[in-house]
Amino acid sequence: MSKVLILAEHNGSQINQSTAKVLTAAKQLNADAIDVVLFAGDAALASQVASLNGVNAVKFVQCADNHDQLAASIAPTVAELGKDYTHVWGPSTTFGKDVMPRVAALLGVNQVSDVMEVIDATTFKRPIYAGNAIITVKTDTAQIVATVRTASFAAEKAMDGSAAINESNLENAASHTTYVSLSSGNSDRPDLQTASKVISGGRGVGSEENFKIVYDLADKIGAATGASRAAVDAGYVPNDMQVGQTGKIIAPDLYMCFGISGAIQHLTGIKDAGTIVAINKDADAPIFEVADVGLVGDLFKIIPEMMEKL
Amino acid sequence: MKILVAIKRVVDYNVRVQVKPDGSGVATDGVKMSINPFDEIAIEEALRIKEQGKADEVVVVTIGSNDSQQQLRTAMAMGADRAILVESAGPVQPLQAAQVLLKVIEDEQPGLVITGKQAIDDDNNQTPQMLATLWNRPQATFASKVEFVGDNQLQVTREVDAGLETIQVELPAVVSTDLRLNEPRFVKLPDIMKAKKKPLDVKTMGDVLPDAQGVAIEVIQHESPQPRQKGVMVESVDELIEILKDKGLVS
Repeated sequence: MSKVLILAEHNGSQINQSTAKVLTAAKQLNADAIDVVLFAGDAALASQVASLNGVNAVKFVQCADNHDQLAASIAPTVAELGKDYTHVWGPSTTFGKDVMPRVAALLGVNQVSDVMEVIDATTFKRPIYAGNAIITVKTDTAQIVATVRTASFAAEKAMDGSAAINESNLENAASHTTYVSLSSGNSDRPDLQTASKVISGGRGVGSEENFKIVYDLADKIGAATGASRAAVDAGYVPNDMQVGQTGKIIAPDLYMCFGISGAIQHLTGIKDAGTIVAINKDADAPIFEVADVGLVGDLFKIIPEMMEKL
Repeated sequence: MKILVAIKRVVDYNVRVQVKPDGSGVATDGVKMSINPFDEIAIEEALRIKEQGKADEVVVVTIGSNDSQQQLRTAMAMGADRAILVESAGPVQPLQAAQVLLKVIEDEQPGLVITGKQAIDDDNNQTPQMLATLWNRPQATFASKVEFVGDNQLQVTREVDAGLETIQVELPAVVSTDLRLNEPRFVKLPDIMKAKKKPLDVKTMGDVLPDAQGVAIEVIQHESPQPRQKGVMVESVDELIEILKDKGLVS
């Protein structure tokens, strides 16, 4: 029977929702046990993981000097622990994508990237060609290493678990790699990757200054803010706001976008959104082909009107 | 220092691929093929490092069909000095690709390997990380900025979900490129002519890697994604807000 080891992700103070999403996917394997390995500096994070419903045990590996963020430092421990499991899974976030192939290589297997559907314990669906085709893959290696496409699974929300926590210290921290810094376009708004509502702007917004009205509307309805690649490339917004194939792939309940034409690479990032609302002055914009609700018009008139009426 | 750039021949990113009706794959007959866009960025970065005087040779390598020579010639037209094709009859999965590249590394002894973060056909995003692991060297994935610190360290800015992360790695290392690292140069006609004379070494998979380890993941079926249902167009903000309120999305 299956035994799953999940690699947890965090930002130093909070467990990332991606962990709870991988947990949801792992539960579909009908596993005998689901354990989580957590690399962190702060033991409080281990308690957060332990309370997630369905987690059997938490392997908390204490790390200093931000080695918990370095793939080369943590992959050997994940692989070593992973030998006792049938499945070693992580999130398909930039963190998971960095670490998990190293784990797979150490275990001598190919990885199943971006699992979007679990068919059974050895059969999965995953997207290729930026989601323009879906393949069903099968693998029955001793360990199945995979990353889980977080947009495809709802986060496990129940926090009634009481998993045992086993503590240890990181061994084999890489000496050839050093963490230097993280700069984030931080704000008080919800996290783009996990928000239930997202308001996005594209090249049609026109400038960094003009983006203020997009932010204002987001704040009004409590949404995270995103952008198209065109807006990022034009320098209107920082790169961590980019939604799309090469940015973040998201699945909010509401995705409302202004001045985004709808390039394929952007649509790939929002396909799993609950309701897509598009506002664009060009009635022929491809975004309207995927939008659940479309409105043709000038965003500089529509946003103020929405601000007034919401 | 020598830089090795690993590239892949893929369906051009402007082509919208179609799944074959029998689900056996995607239709690639007569479709335009190109260098994987992330790999093109890798070539450009290697060339810029050479132009800064930090490297003296850029070698480009690919694993694939004989037709991949076209992409190697394009890479040499951009400025790569020579090319290696490891010819393979069928598709090669990341773990095996990493093993082939490791063999090439053992022959070539590069000080730096640069490659795209993922190929836009399989979207696996595994080979660079696996190569770094098998090589027992550091990796700097999803790079948007690469700077030398002295001669044997790199400071790499990485595009991560939380923003931009900077790490420092000792060389030799594997760097995988993200989109904003650079804008690849256009190839000029005289350079295409010159590239025809540059050395292109063709080897076979069997010669390079007679003892591949690990099994391939079996692909059972291809299918088209579920299309989203056609939505409605509204005429006014009032109508829009009414729909959103009905769905409970705004209050």
